[in-house]
Amino acid sequence: MTEHPRETTREQREPGVTRRGVEEQQAPLGAAGDPGLRRAAPAGRVQPGEAMATASLYEEGLEVESRSVWRLALRRFLRHRLAMASLILLVLIFLAGIFANLVAPYSYSQINLSDAGLGPSLSGYHFFGTDDLGRDYFSRVIYGIRTTEAVAIFTAVLSVALGTLVGAVAGYFGGWIDNLLMRLTDLVLTLPALAVLLVASALLSTDSPITVSFLLAAILWTSLARIVRGSFLSLKENEYIEAARASGASHTRIILRHMLPNSLGPIIVNGTLTVAVAILIEAVLSFLGFGIKPPTPSLGSLINDGKGQMLTEWWLVTFPGLTIVIICLCVNFIGDGLRDALDPTQRRVRA
Amino acid sequence: MGTYILRRVLYSIPVLIAASMLIFFFVSAVGDPLAQVRAIPKVSQETIHHIIVRKHLDKPLIVQYGYWVENAVLHRFGTTLLGDNPIWPDLRLALSNTLQLVIVSEVVAVIFAILVGVYSAVRQYSAFDYAATTFSFVGFSTPVFWLALILQVLVTNIFLAYGIRIFYTSGFSTPGVTGLLPSILDRLQHLALPVITLAFVSIAQYSRYLRASMLEVINSDYVRTARAKGLLTRQVVMKHALRNALIPFATVVALDFGAYFGGVIVTESVFSIPGMGLYFIRALNAADLYPIMAWLIVTAVMVILFNLIADILYGILDPRIRYD
Repeated sequence: MTEHPRETTREQREPGVTRRGVEEQQAPLGAAGDPGLRRAAPAGRVQPGEAMATASLYEEGLEVESRSVWRLALRRFLRHRLAMASLILLVLIFLAGIFANLVAPYSYSQINLSDAGLGPSLSGYHFFGTDDLGRDYFSRVIYGIRTTEAVAIFTAVLSVALGTLVGAVAGYFGGWIDNLLMRLTDLVLTLPALAVLLVASALLSTDSPITVSFLLAAILWTSLARIVRGSFLSLKENEYIEAARASGASHTRIILRHMLPNSLGPIIVNGTLTVAVAILIEAVLSFLGFGIKPPTPSLGSLINDGKGQMLTEWWLVTFPGLTIVIICLCVNFIGDGLRDALDPTQRRVRA
Repeated sequence: MGTYILRRVLYSIPVLIAASMLIFFFVSAVGDPLAQVRAIPKVSQETIHHIIVRKHLDKPLIVQYGYWVENAVLHRFGTTLLGDNPIWPDLRLALSNTLQLVIVSEVVAVIFAILVGVYSAVRQYSAFDYAATTFSFVGFSTPVFWLALILQVLVTNIFLAYGIRIFYTSGFSTPGVTGLLPSILDRLQHLALPVITLAFVSIAQYSRYLRASMLEVINSDYVRTARAKGLLTRQVVMKHALRNALIPFATVVALDFGAYFGGVIVTESVFSIPGMGLYFIRALNAADLYPIMAWLIVTAVMVILFNLIADILYGILDPRIRYD
C-alpha cells in the first residue's frame, strides 16, 4: 500500500488560470504565510502575467489578505468532491459505530431462534440477515465497526507518533543513529509483516483491542519513519535551519518549530492511509482467530463466525466484508484528497 | 557482471545472519517453548526437565541461539517439540506447493498489470483509465481473505445450481487423477481461484506503479523524438517507453515478494492448499516455536533470494548500469 493513485482530474476541471490557480502557484507547501489575493469586486479571472496583475491590483486599491498554507490546503481539500463525499460517508459510518447502542436495532449477541437464518430484508430491521442462532447481522456489524474504528484510529496515532519520532531523530542527527535505525527497518522488511504479527499475537495470546493496536503500530511505523527521515534530510540543508541554529535555537526547538511543520503534509497523508492498512490487517488477524477474540465484536471475527454457513447463508460473510471494503475505500479516497491538498508538489507535470 | 553477482551473493550472507538472529530473539521473546508441553495436564516435572536439558533451554539465550543454528544447518531444522517429527520434509513439500501458487499468480499479475498500466498511461484520462483507477482503489481496500471466501461461495453455488465444475474451491489436487494432461488440467482447476485472489490485489498495485512510470517516460524528450522521426505509436510505446518503464517496475515486483507470503497465509488457509501458509497456521495453533522459526527462516531466504534476482534483473534491463 505504498503507492497510491496520485493524479486527479483537477486540471481538467479548471482550464485556464483562475484566481485559485494563481494562489496555488504562489503557495508551495513550506513557504508559510503567502499573501493571497482577494478581490473586493465580484470574482473574476486574473489574467496571466501575475506580477503585472498583482501590481495593478494594488493600484486599484484592492485589499490584500494573508492566508496561511493550511487554509489554502483546506480549500483545496473541500473542493475535492470524491474526498469530501468519502469523508461525509466515513463520518456517518463511524458515528453509527460510536453510538452503536442507539443505532443498532438489536444487541450484539442477542439470540432469537424464531428468526434464525433469515436473508437480508427490511422486515424486523434485518437489513443484513440473521445467522443460525437468529442474531441480527446488521447490529453485529455496527458493533463490529465500533471496535474496528477504535483499533484503527489508535493504531494510526501510535504509529504516526513512533514513526515521526524515529524518522525525525534519524534524519536530523544523521550519522550512526541514522544508519542503525535504517538498517533496523531494512531488516524488519525481510519478514512478511503479517507473519510477524501472527506470531506475536498467537504466542502472546492477545485478544484485547488495545494490545492488538500496539502490535499493529509496532510494525506499521516503519514506512512513515522512512518518509519523515527523507523529508528531514532535505530540510536540514535549508538556510533557515542554519539561521535558527546560528541564533541559538536548541535541537528540540529546531525540530519542533522549524522542521516538523514543514513535514506535516506527508505525515497526515500517511497517518490517514495507515487507518485503512490497520483495518485490513486487524480483520485478517481476527479472521484467522489470532486478533480480537469473540466476546469482543469485530468485523474480522464476524466473517470467521459466518464462514461455516456461508454457502447457504451468503449474507453472513458478504456484509461484514463489504463494510470493511467501503470503510477502506473512503479512507483511501480521503488520503488521496489530502495528498493533493497538502502536497501540491507531488502532482506530476503533464506535457 | 560475474563479479557483481558474486559480491551481491556475498552481501546476502550477513543479511541472512542478521535476519536469523532477529527471528530467533523475536520468537524467543514472545513465546515460551514449553507452553505446549505445560498445557498437557499429565506431564510430569521430570519429562519437562528432560526436554529442557535436551533442547538446552537452561542455557543463556545467546548459547541457545548457537545450538539452534547448529541444529538448523546440520540437522535441517531438527524436529518438532512434541512427537519429534522432522520439520524439513513437511516444510519442503509446503514450499514447493506454495512456489507453484506464488509463481503462477505473480506471472498472471505482472501480465495483467502491464496491459492495464500501459493502456491507461497511453490513454490517460480515458474511460478505461478511470475504470482502472477505480479498480485499483477497490483492490487496495479489499481484504484478501474476504475476496477468497466470496469466490468460494460464488463458484460453489454455480456448481450446485448447474452441476458444472469449472474450478475447485479447496485442496490442491483430486485424488485418483492420473496421466500427464488430466493432472495438469486438474492442478490448474485447483490453482485458478487462489491465483485470482492473490493476483487481484497485486494487479491493483502493480498497474498503478507501471502507469506512473510509463507516464514519466512517455513525457520525456526521447519518446517525443522517436515519435517525431515517424515511428509507429506501437513501436514507440513497446520498444522505447515500456522498456524503460519496466526497470523500476521489476524492482517493485521482486521486493513485493515478502508481502506476497503474507497473502499466501490467508489464501491457503481459505482454500486449504497444503503450502507454507497452512503449515504456518498449523504451527501457530500448536504453539510450537521450532517449526515457526524454521518457517520464518525459509521465508526470509526467499525474500533475500528475490531481492538478489531484482538486483540482477536491474542490470539486465538497464544497460546504463555498469558493475565494475
